[in-house]
Amino acid sequence: MSNNTSEEKGITMKRRELLKGLATVPIFGLFLVNLWKKIRRDALKKANLLSDLVQEKSAPTIISGLSDSRHLNIGIIGYGGRGSHLIRGAGFATKGWTDIVSENARNNKLDKQFKTFMTQENLNCSLVGVCDLFDVRANQGIDASKNEIRPGGKPKATATRYQHYTDLLENQDIDAVIVATPDHWHSRITIDAARAGKHVYCEKGLTRTFDEAIKVYDTVKNTGITFQLGHQNRQVEANYKAKQIIEQGLLGKINLVELATNRNSPWGAWVWGIHPEGNVKTIDWDTFQEPSPNKIPFGEEALKRFFRWRCWFDYGTGLSGDLLSHDFDAINQIMDLGIPKYASSTGGVYYYKDGRDVPDVWNATFEYPDKDLTVLYSATLSSNDPRGNRIMGHDATMQMGGQSGGGSVHGFVVKADPESTQYKERLESGIINQQYPIYTYSPGSKQIDGVTSATSRYFANKGLLYTYREGKRVDPTHLHVKDWLDSIRNNDQPKCNIEVALHEAVACHMATESYFQGRRIEWDPVNKKLI
Amino acid sequence: MSYLDSSIIKNPCQLYGLVILRVLIGWHFLYEGVSKIINPYWSSAAYLLDSKGPFSGLAKTIVSNPTLLSISDYVNMWGLAIVGASLMLGLLCRYTALTGMGFVILYYLFAPPFLGLEYSRPGEGSYIIVNKNLIEACALWVIHSFPSSHVIGLDRFLSNPKSN
Repeated sequence: MSNNTSEEKGITMKRRELLKGLATVPIFGLFLVNLWKKIRRDALKKANLLSDLVQEKSAPTIISGLSDSRHLNIGIIGYGGRGSHLIRGAGFATKGWTDIVSENARNNKLDKQFKTFMTQENLNCSLVGVCDLFDVRANQGIDASKNEIRPGGKPKATATRYQHYTDLLENQDIDAVIVATPDHWHSRITIDAARAGKHVYCEKGLTRTFDEAIKVYDTVKNTGITFQLGHQNRQVEANYKAKQIIEQGLLGKINLVELATNRNSPWGAWVWGIHPEGNVKTIDWDTFQEPSPNKIPFGEEALKRFFRWRCWFDYGTGLSGDLLSHDFDAINQIMDLGIPKYASSTGGVYYYKDGRDVPDVWNATFEYPDKDLTVLYSATLSSNDPRGNRIMGHDATMQMGGQSGGGSVHGFVVKADPESTQYKERLESGIINQQYPIYTYSPGSKQIDGVTSATSRYFANKGLLYTYREGKRVDPTHLHVKDWLDSIRNNDQPKCNIEVALHEAVACHMATESYFQGRRIEWDPVNKKLI
Repeated sequence: MSYLDSSIIKNPCQLYGLVILRVLIGWHFLYEGVSKIINPYWSSAAYLLDSKGPFSGLAKTIVSNPTLLSISDYVNMWGLAIVGASLMLGLLCRYTALTGMGFVILYYLFAPPFLGLEYSRPGEGSYIIVNKNLIEACALWVIHSFPSSHVIGLDRFLSNPKSN
């Protein structure tokens, strides 16, 4: 009896030991059950949203190796700020630039500019001709052609300087030219180059006037050269993702698109430095202003106009060709809009009363009656509040860039509309929470950018400085130049070819003309005229 | 000093208080770890990039080096999960409480709420010098110094039953 009692006591003791040892295990179990529920709930949400769609879609893989097939000799006409960036995209940078960015990388480990340049693909081309009307810039171009610090090492050939672009075009060894002059020279150089059989990469905006755009289009079509317009957004991964989301109808019927430019610095308003070595001896002013409607003698005003040409309609089209063109081309890439039926615009020189004649606040409207769509563009050079671009559908809105741009550079978010038809049930059942985006695209979210300056951030938010391919940061300008060179080798059409270039040019010129004439401008697609 | 003495065992209120504190902190750590493990886009980079104060230089070094950043990510994800599971189940708690304390002290030092330091990421409260990380670090110190897992927890099976 007593044995039994002590045995029972022992069992009770052991059981108590066991219970005390395992007392918190049920709480651990409770945690696991809740975790499982949460994972299931999240998976269900994702399955009901867009992630499946988006995961399988990415920008085309960069095909390397194509560059090996044929060596190309290129020339640059206009080696200014943009021209030098394009030439870096082709794989050539000045010693001064590589010294500065390698030093920056040493001082700031987050600065990846040098690494991005050095790891870009060697495009198997040589820079053999440089033409610039400013001696300092021309010499920099020559220097870039010689610099051995580049992807691919020592260049195969170095560049010759040409005083006039026609001399450069006469060089039979040059296969292709990059035109990065001010806009008032684009059409003449492009047409002459095409007639000389050179392939052309032309910076945006395509031309200074509407008539010039039509002439460029006709010449490129007739000569059959490979033409690329400088909208590097065509290479940006975010735009591919956005296009696929829209093609799937996930935004529903889209009736309104809002595009915006927000800048608030003298640099952003094109008040750029006047080079200390710029003078009558180093600048060929007469050639510079040859195609412009109004001419002035060389002097202080001419120096301002030479270095800040974007501020005058004599040389460019202001916000229209400079910044709207980027946003328009991006939205045309995403939505295949083509040329609008009507355009109107208003604005004025409201902040920078520095003698410029291009507006610093400017708003344009584009109508697509056949698509039931209005595209609004609103620009200010005196506020940096980043509005971003919005594609507004009945079921959801896509916000690209701006404050709610996915929290990272050139990302976007898609938010369901509370009155959506497509998402009605999912909104009611709580699967879609209106407070949170149904999809967020944050490229390179595990990568770190050292992009700091306000202008850099502006472009980065629009995806123009960097894009991501398979998680690696690449410069879309490099991809765009590569796309052009590969297309030349394959006798193919590049991504921003003359057809889409015409869309951009006509849309922008319609808006500019409306500003000049103070009335709505209509596009006549049959006669290729503005009414 | 360091081991729970019999007076606390005889005082269930103190014992259960310690066990509950341990389990709750364990739950917090475990979910922090698991949520990072199951999120393919999580990285410690954002936190480190926002670092201010004495450890900001080290944070920048980690972020700029992909290998160090990967190590930092993995140590955080799995470290938090392991410490959390250990505290909940009461297994090897004296060591993991110290490890957990190390984690939160590092979080505190990489982003201390000192006067004059401002962070771009939104805060979850208002702090001067003392924040929830510092409090959790102290709570883990208590858990380390007054272990309860050899009374209630898997450590009971590893320790000498007579001492309990």
